[in-house]
Amino acid sequence: MSCPTGPLPLEPGEETVTPEELSRRDFLTGVGLAAAGYLAACTPEAREAYFAKHFLELNAEEVQLRMARLKEDHKTRYHREVTVSAAPPKPGVEFGYALDLSRCIGCRRCVYACVKENNQSRDPQVQWIRVLEMEKKGGIDFEAANPYYAHEKVPDPDHFYLPVACQQCRNPPCTRVCPVGATWQEADGIVVIDYDWCIGCRCCMAACPYGARHFNWADPVVPADELNTNLHVLGNRVRPRGVVEKCTFCIQRVREGRYPACVEICPVGARKFGNLLDTESEISRILREKRVFVLKAELKTEPKFYYFYGI
Amino acid sequence: MNALKLIVPALQHAFRGGTAFKVWVAGLLCMMAWGGAAYYDQLTTGLIVTNMRDQVSWAFYIGNFTFLVGVAAAAVVLVIPAYIYGWKPIKEVVILGEILAISAIVMCLMFVVADMGRPERGWHLIPVIGKMNFPRAILAWDVLVLNLYLVLNVVIVSHLLYRGIQGRPYNPNLVVPLVLLSVPAAVGIHTVTAFIYAGMAARPYWNASILAPRFLCSAFCSGPAIMLILFQILQRTTKIAIKDEAIWKVAELMAYAMFLNLFLLGAELFKEYYSRTEHLLHFQYLFSGLHGHSALVPYAWAFVFCGIAAFLIFLFPATRRNVVTLNVGCLLIYASVYIEKGMGLVMPAMTPDTLGEVYEYTPTLHELRIGAAIFSTGFLVFTLLCKVAIPILTGEFAAKGSPASQAAAH
Repeated sequence: MSCPTGPLPLEPGEETVTPEELSRRDFLTGVGLAAAGYLAACTPEAREAYFAKHFLELNAEEVQLRMARLKEDHKTRYHREVTVSAAPPKPGVEFGYALDLSRCIGCRRCVYACVKENNQSRDPQVQWIRVLEMEKKGGIDFEAANPYYAHEKVPDPDHFYLPVACQQCRNPPCTRVCPVGATWQEADGIVVIDYDWCIGCRCCMAACPYGARHFNWADPVVPADELNTNLHVLGNRVRPRGVVEKCTFCIQRVREGRYPACVEICPVGARKFGNLLDTESEISRILREKRVFVLKAELKTEPKFYYFYGI
Repeated sequence: MNALKLIVPALQHAFRGGTAFKVWVAGLLCMMAWGGAAYYDQLTTGLIVTNMRDQVSWAFYIGNFTFLVGVAAAAVVLVIPAYIYGWKPIKEVVILGEILAISAIVMCLMFVVADMGRPERGWHLIPVIGKMNFPRAILAWDVLVLNLYLVLNVVIVSHLLYRGIQGRPYNPNLVVPLVLLSVPAAVGIHTVTAFIYAGMAARPYWNASILAPRFLCSAFCSGPAIMLILFQILQRTTKIAIKDEAIWKVAELMAYAMFLNLFLLGAELFKEYYSRTEHLLHFQYLFSGLHGHSALVPYAWAFVFCGIAAFLIFLFPATRRNVVTLNVGCLLIYASVYIEKGMGLVMPAMTPDTLGEVYEYTPTLHELRIGAAIFSTGFLVFTLLCKVAIPILTGEFAAKGSPASQAAAH
């Protein structure tokens, strides 16, 4: 941003200046001083927020500044101490996910665990996992899917359940269409968003074939006592209004070697997660021993989220 | 200094006028204030004031944006015969087509900004300063071509007007190459806009290679339809001489464009309804409703029938030369393309959504107010530019100006 570089208020001796020039120079000086004053009054964190660079262009020091700013931000808004990580992808790791459709009972515990873990807005509701109920005799048919089922008890005997979240495509259409490069695929395969860079054009939402991207139509509401304080810069930090957000395989957990919240909560063990590059991992064994499929395979998005019938 | 002496009276003239002019401008300013207040609400509370949701994430704003890109591109319909074939009767009104293009692009950019969740981060789109995802993202291309097209038209129009004020002929070495460049640029803005949609495999309603040709055909109908009505208003309210011959020629071109538009629509409908894949759902939502949701159905049939009726009116010389039927035809085309390229393009693609859910969208009052404000801004830009341009075109300024301009005027 511009700072006042021109001469400061005129010396009394300068009489050659015409009134027209004087007023213009005064005006420019005034604007410059106001801008400089505003910047000086801002904390480094506020400046970082306003003129934030793209996450991938930050140097180590600037990453620290961003983490500090987010920490401060959460403290002011929720009066909670949080830890903010910017843990990078680990070499030799590519995350994959498999979901056993024959086990899923449609209880939606994964949905609520995800909301809590990832600090999703309670009002308006944002949910990264959508559990679709489909008729057994119809097979997988999105047209006949019902995301709003409300039985007394699940599973309903005539239906099966298909939870859908970000499919973490190897060939993601969402990152391709983003006009400002605010979303990209990390080396461990997780598709992330820089929430400080997204301009909220929602092109990625139009491009995603799985309805996996969600927009903050209003200020997200997260109750302070329910805030998850273990945060990642590209993950579950509370998002600002007007940006798109999505599942990151719980980046704040999986880069620390833990399971995503949905895997941990699933009462029937339908959800499997691990390192595709490790031949001994559970996910690799499933891909080897079961017959898996991906959603909308004809679009060649090549998801790393697989479905299978384990029983 | 000399230039200022010429430009200032022209600008003063832009804001002077009779009662009708004052009422018109005041009305536009009121609409802008009313819509501006709605935009303030949207800025402070978020896009929640719209009826867009995750299922239908683009709607009224993007629909209007798409329609107006077509209007802006249509200046080319006048430019091609005027400059390439040296066709005199149209040449004198080309500048008005370009003024319309400028106004339309201004509205396009405003609709895009209105749709953005974080408009203050718009600078992220600027190459070098920001981080434009070029050439991968088609939206980045669109930002570039729209701004290039705007700059082109502003340069051409300012040069023509500036020389007009001075009473000197325009510099053909500058204007002709720029005008020729604006022809592919106009085709470019509409093609690139179509490619934003056509490139999305997630949305079968858009993911069709026929989309860009359909865009161009409908643009060549809607832009001239607006211009024909404006020309007639200007014929009556100003001293500008627009020959009937020019109007009829434009109307004839529109008949061909409308035929192609209807033909391409028919080709698409045949493919979808005969093969009956799951892609048909979106057309069914548009033309017959889906699972009891049928908000778009009357509009869908309206655009088909208006299009056919307008095509017939413009096809026959007798009806396109009759003032009444000509204007009816223009209104029919305007209505048809506004529905087709506006909500008719965006809503069916989003309904049902990618996971099969039908969320029926209708715009909120906030969206309509913001839309009205943007249209009012466009009309105001057009009105003021015309107020400056027309006396220059008719030589009113030149006659009152310097001796040099008086000599040129005679």
